[in-house]
Amino acid sequence: MTATIPAPRSSSSRPRKVNWEKWGWLYMRISGVLLLVLVFGHLFVNLVAGDGVHAIDFAFVAGKWADPFWVVWDTLMLWLALIHGANGMRTLTNDYARGRLRKVLLGAILVSTIVLILLGSLVIFTFDPCIGAAQGGDLAQFCTAKG
Amino acid sequence: MAESAVLEGASAPADEAPIESFTVTLIIRRFDSEFDDEPRWVDYDVELFATDRILDALHKIKWEQDGSLSFRRSCAHGVCGSDAMRINGRNRLACKTLIKDLDISKPIYVEAIKGLPLEKDLIVDMEPFFASYREVQPFLQASGKPEKERIQSVAQRERFDDTTKCILCAACTSSCPVFWTDGQYFGPAAIVNAHRFIFDSRDEAAQVRLDILNDKEGVWRCRTTFNCSEACPRGIEVTKAIAEVKAAVLRGKPDVPKSDLVSA
Repeated sequence: MTATIPAPRSSSSRPRKVNWEKWGWLYMRISGVLLLVLVFGHLFVNLVAGDGVHAIDFAFVAGKWADPFWVVWDTLMLWLALIHGANGMRTLTNDYARGRLRKVLLGAILVSTIVLILLGSLVIFTFDPCIGAAQGGDLAQFCTAKG
Repeated sequence: MAESAVLEGASAPADEAPIESFTVTLIIRRFDSEFDDEPRWVDYDVELFATDRILDALHKIKWEQDGSLSFRRSCAHGVCGSDAMRINGRNRLACKTLIKDLDISKPIYVEAIKGLPLEKDLIVDMEPFFASYREVQPFLQASGKPEKERIQSVAQRERFDDTTKCILCAACTSSCPVFWTDGQYFGPAAIVNAHRFIFDSRDEAAQVRLDILNDKEGVWRCRTTFNCSEACPRGIEVTKAIAEVKAAVLRGKPDVPKSDLVSA
């Protein structure tokens, strides 16, 4: 009787796991290209176009987020940039930290990234331009006119 | 007879000026585990010509000043890959680094390559380096038994020509900051030698090698710092080779040129 031993690294002998290193690497390239457009577009619109940096106030933000285009833009930028940055920190940690320190740092990066993404998303999607309007906020006139 | 005498006279004029020599200071990182807890820097003054190499300086020190200085060298002409070392902070072959290319107004720092266990002076344990080299299966794997030879077109041979030049000196791998902090990483040299067979049209085990390099410690650890390309004494575009392996892993197969031969 002979036992058949599958060749090492034959696909049947190994369960296919998600290759995080590969997808992480790919994510960095794709999000990097997108962020180049998103970030510089954001900087141009906020700091250069029109009145430039002096235009930024509560009304400016409210005006931007009244347009679904900028809601999508900012949401994309928030998620892509935070995950991109966190993944970069993760690879750095894997390069230079060992043992317990690595675990603690990786955990801290994960938690802070999730908190920041959730917080940012919460602000974008529950943003109310009429907040504090009754007390005479920036957009009091507009909000009272709207009813 | 007269003619040969004239030729001799022309080739060696008696009043030719002597070739200028310089006193060069070398600071070498010495380590002897029997006496030293930590490596220590020792300086040596050596009389050298501009055309001498760092290897000649090391020979002069070993033969004339301190016989205990240890370093590897074999062919001494940039082929065997034994004498890779860190010269002024850059990985170079001692036998290919000319004195005239260095700033001899300052001392020249020579130390062993980084990231591999230091054994003595300029000698490191190369075994971890060769272990990852062996792991990528650096040999031709082809099933057919041709009558004469395995035919390949010029374009197909050209595809992996660059990575055939590797002499396994470890200058690239020991210049890689990822390898310094994580010895588990395959390192540039192993990936270069995998590339040499992955992109060889005659080889049939590209999938296996791509699978090996797709691992956690494989090509994805590369941060494209280009230290390896800068260090390679054979001028191999190491970072480019690694990038091509990455692309092959993503595509699932290497882009080997189709055979343009009339009949196979």
